Amino acid sequence: MRIRMVCFVGCAILLAIACRSSQEEKNDAPIDYSFDVKPILSDRCYKCHGPDEAQRKSNLRLDTEAGALALVGEKLDHHIILKGLADSSELIMRIYSSDPDLMMPPPDSKLALTDQEKKILKQWIDQGAQWKPHWAFVKPVKVPLPKVKKSSWPKNEIDYFTLAKMEEKGFSPSGEAETHILARRMAFDVTGLPPSVSLVDALNQSKAEDPFAAYLDALFRLPAYGENQASFWLDLARYGDTHGYQDDLPRVMWPWRDWVIHAFNKNMPYDQFVTWQLAGDLLTNANKEQLLASAFNRNHKITQEGGVIDEEYRVEYVADRTNTFSKAFLGLTMECARCHDHKYDPISTEAYYSTFAFFNSVPETGFVQNQTTPKPWMPISKQDLSGVLNFVNARTIIKKDMDTIEQMVMKDDAEVNRKSFILKRGSYNSPGPRVTPLALQVVAPYDTLTLGNNRLGLAKWLFINDHPLTARVLVNRIWQQLFGRGIVSTSDDFGSQGALPVNPQLLDWLAVDMVQHQWDIQYMMKKIMSSATYRQSSNASASSEELDPENKYLSRGPRYRMNYEMIRDNVLAASGLLNREIGGPSVKPYQPPGIWEELTVGGDSFRGEAGYKVDKGEKQYRRSLYTYWRRTIPPPTMMTFDNPQREFCEVRRARTSTPLQALVMMNDPQVLEASRVLAYQAMNDRTEPKTRLKLVFNAVLSRDPTSGESAEVLHYYFSEKKKYTDNKTAALKLLSIGQYPHPQNLDPAEAAAWMMTCSLLFNLDESLTKY
Amino acid sequence: MHKLESEEFNYLMNQNRRTFLSKMSVGIGSLALGSLMCRSRPESALLSQGQGLQAFQQIAPKAKRIIYLFQSGAPSQLELFDYKPLLSKMRGQDLPESIRQGQRLTTMTSGQKKFPLVGSPFEFKQHGESGAYFSDLLPHIASISNEITVIKSMHTEAINHDPAVTFLQCGHQQPGRPAIGSWLSYGLGSENENLPAYCVFLSRGKGNIQPLASRLWGSAFLPSIHQGVQLRSGKDPVLYLENPEGYDGISRRNMLDKLSTLNHMQIKEMGDPEIATRISQYEMAYRMQTSVPEVLNLANEPTHILNLYGQDVLKPGTYAANCLMARRLSESGVRFVQLYHMGWDAHDNLPNTERNLTKDVDQPSAALIKDLKQRGLLDETLVIWGGEFGRTNYCQGDLTKDNYGRDHHPRCFTIWMAGGGIKKGYVYGETDEFGYNIVENPVHVHDFQATLLHIMGIDHEKMTFKYQGRRFRLTDVSGKVVEDILA
Repeated sequence: MRIRMVCFVGCAILLAIACRSSQEEKNDAPIDYSFDVKPILSDRCYKCHGPDEAQRKSNLRLDTEAGALALVGEKLDHHIILKGLADSSELIMRIYSSDPDLMMPPPDSKLALTDQEKKILKQWIDQGAQWKPHWAFVKPVKVPLPKVKKSSWPKNEIDYFTLAKMEEKGFSPSGEAETHILARRMAFDVTGLPPSVSLVDALNQSKAEDPFAAYLDALFRLPAYGENQASFWLDLARYGDTHGYQDDLPRVMWPWRDWVIHAFNKNMPYDQFVTWQLAGDLLTNANKEQLLASAFNRNHKITQEGGVIDEEYRVEYVADRTNTFSKAFLGLTMECARCHDHKYDPISTEAYYSTFAFFNSVPETGFVQNQTTPKPWMPISKQDLSGVLNFVNARTIIKKDMDTIEQMVMKDDAEVNRKSFILKRGSYNSPGPRVTPLALQVVAPYDTLTLGNNRLGLAKWLFINDHPLTARVLVNRIWQQLFGRGIVSTSDDFGSQGALPVNPQLLDWLAVDMVQHQWDIQYMMKKIMSSATYRQSSNASASSEELDPENKYLSRGPRYRMNYEMIRDNVLAASGLLNREIGGPSVKPYQPPGIWEELTVGGDSFRGEAGYKVDKGEKQYRRSLYTYWRRTIPPPTMMTFDNPQREFCEVRRARTSTPLQALVMMNDPQVLEASRVLAYQAMNDRTEPKTRLKLVFNAVLSRDPTSGESAEVLHYYFSEKKKYTDNKTAALKLLSIGQYPHPQNLDPAEAAAWMMTCSLLFNLDESLTKY
Repeated sequence: MHKLESEEFNYLMNQNRRTFLSKMSVGIGSLALGSLMCRSRPESALLSQGQGLQAFQQIAPKAKRIIYLFQSGAPSQLELFDYKPLLSKMRGQDLPESIRQGQRLTTMTSGQKKFPLVGSPFEFKQHGESGAYFSDLLPHIASISNEITVIKSMHTEAINHDPAVTFLQCGHQQPGRPAIGSWLSYGLGSENENLPAYCVFLSRGKGNIQPLASRLWGSAFLPSIHQGVQLRSGKDPVLYLENPEGYDGISRRNMLDKLSTLNHMQIKEMGDPEIATRISQYEMAYRMQTSVPEVLNLANEPTHILNLYGQDVLKPGTYAANCLMARRLSESGVRFVQLYHMGWDAHDNLPNTERNLTKDVDQPSAALIKDLKQRGLLDETLVIWGGEFGRTNYCQGDLTKDNYGRDHHPRCFTIWMAGGGIKKGYVYGETDEFGYNIVENPVHVHDFQATLLHIMGIDHEKMTFKYQGRRFRLTDVSGKVVEDILA
């Protein structure tokens, strides 16, 4: 591993050198406040000279123009910044000083500026020190499509923006990916599953000008689409099947999860989708579906630990809702302002608790003992299942007319009438001045007269005209889902410390387009997937890989490790084991014994079920988003593949490559059993090893093997077959992995050899990768 | 290029800016190697175990590895280390308000009408040059008194288990921060190519067990390569480590060779350096398949060593077995080994709990110190022993002739440390005669964490990770190195 790091140093230095020389050539190139200057000021100066009044040193603030132009010194004759005259600006003197008493940032802050950064600040002041408001708080507009040289390339508007950026940076686009590759890429992006043979056949036979248009339409019609979208939304909504602290007992939230799938499949417009989740209970004559949607706000953890102080935890839940709201819909990390004014963004504690106040009227308690469904909740009856809640898969639970499910929802209680206060240092028992519900005014004005002062108003505020964040944050997340990286790479932080958009005009164009198309998520996904940018081959030339390792400038198609849901679902789908039932209570697929028992009290702590009872039969093969989510002990395979713990809102997953992942793919009975069942299929369908191989290749990778691959894999198959012919006991042991019965008519040696051949294919990098 | 365009990239640049200078001597060769062999993407560099470039190690380290013997549920300092004869004298009398000073209590006892004081029924004696007190429940730990520093003035902010353990392990009461071991893996990397940098063992005693959560060894926002790996007793010590029955190591080797051939065909076609990373991760998995069972196999330990750890040492899953495995892993270069022994939470029946649990942990804990010492490893290994908070000086529930319980007490508790960088035979901090408040040298959880990092050569304020716009660190926003306990 040492080698990898060292060589990365190599690339980094080459890049740094390349950048520096281009900067030096263009000494007078205009310095942009938002893109060049503010990131430096925010990261290195705001901590002491930013929005946080309590931490501000020398009464100097650099986050506002007025603050930075102030006069200082005993005689008030020193300019912090004198526009056009860097050499007369105190700021420049201080950052170039080597006197430890004068230099800024001070040595003990560990926030030193690089020479390059100092130079940027100097040039910016010499060029007149132009200020701009934070880019993400300015409403997005569609600018005219940029001029491009290679004008034959664009398929739609998106491509003009990406191509212009490529041409500016000296890249050229890659060719279109081959049909079978695009078919696979699109199928995973839309449904999270490999494409079906019939859809691909239709695609291949299509005579249409863009055969992919009909193919995409067909994919979006599949219910698997809603499931795939839901798997991302469950991270954002911090969904779990347990309460999340200490004993971590079960809760019933899956009817809400069923609703999410349903809403995506109906292609519910995003404004409605979000409004119902934030405030479905407050809609006029709210029906049970709208009430159910509001359970979004109850997905936070709830403590059941004896001895806790009730109010401490109740406040924690309200804060969790506030933080989730902010991160999920505004792309801002407000939680810093829970204890002190935000150090980087203009969010005061007062503003924080004013948003907090929207979520503070729930008739709930901090401590709940042995309750599956803490108040407030609503019953789901048999009648509901045949009516407004017909998408809730509760057939196995609600059989009689009397049966009900209790589902947590939101229900503000006027009688609770809880007043909200600024909590000093975030502490539940240190109330400060009182606040009333108000959304972040620095983002967009909140008019209490028209919007009211409850959660419904807050939801409506997200969708007022010219709201600068809601649409940008959404389209960026969609982009992230399809390309593996948002246009703003920090999809959870559009604030001063977040990354800047690589292509701001494209982001804004998409955001405005989203609103113009009534928040239609499927429209937006199709739009992006119809672009030449998306359809590029992901093969990387040495130069584009070296100069743009992260593919920021999109001169090739997306290529990255799939999330665990897709990897496991692909294994199940390829083998034919996948159970396509939608919704219902979560299931317990294979998990090594003892994992729950080791960490828990045992016996009665999990309703007589401290132990994880592996499900039998069809439930074993459900899609991965239905896997039971016990928050203190989440499914270990999923943790190995970077799934978030679901303890709070996450909108972005890490993507690593580790030895533990290799162990899962090689030895998890789920993968081995699927290998075995796929082997049976191949053996039933075909006789020739070559044709069998073709079948399994297509099942796993949606393509034929190359002749080179064919030779290598068949060689492996024959050597395995020889081994098991000599050792039938070993073959029979392999064939007994998993619940699926072994058909007696098949030769064990041959079956075991095919099984391990399939396992080999499931372990290929390609099987784990969207490309 | 805009330097802050990508936080990951920025992070790597930070890493590399520092490491570049220290690597100048090999710089040219590495550069050449770099451009030839791997055009690494930042995201794969992030997951590299080879953060072992020791980017954050800027103080001379006093220890290379840590073994943390965590006593989950909170042992009672008053029955083990913190000798308070006054409590026995005042047995049954109410805790004076002048001592409690209205401090918050858990709701398990805040409703009690009385807070009757109760002393330890176990005898205390002074041991070693420091004159440290140990009760007669800890004869073995008392016997290593000259090797350890006892800190009697630990205090925490949390009053319940879940937040308190999370606070101690991750520096914050609410979940979402990386554990100490993850931070060390991130900051220092692995010393070993075949084993995880951070391993965790669980065991349980006869007492009131409080559940744990796997997030206590989770990497949170750090890349998952820095997650702790739970080692379990039984045939699959690491999940999915063992090949399926009917499939031996030779078969696995053949499979991996073929996999590598096929993946290399893809590299040619796709030009993606991630594939090369994947191949190397599969190779490490393969090495782990032999190295982990090897290091956990106690068969070759001589009898006198086994005897040192006591009669439970060959029973898989016991604290004693885990202590010996911890020594073996540490010896093989595992950066951080964490044991959790569960069962200390004695709200009632406290004397029996302390008896049972000390029987589990006393001898093996002391044995680990002796064993490391005789191997010359104690100087480079930091060993920590302690729970998440203390227990109250007053009785919870009924106080009977020979039985009582104690509630959670965050205001003071005792831990001990030994090995690399720690004073030998030393007692630090003092509590009042009621054993309720600290009167001298308080050590906050963040001070403890800062000290631990300092011993590993890391400035706790400098080892940060930027996530959601903020630079996070183990010690959050406070923490001072406790210089007085350093050798």
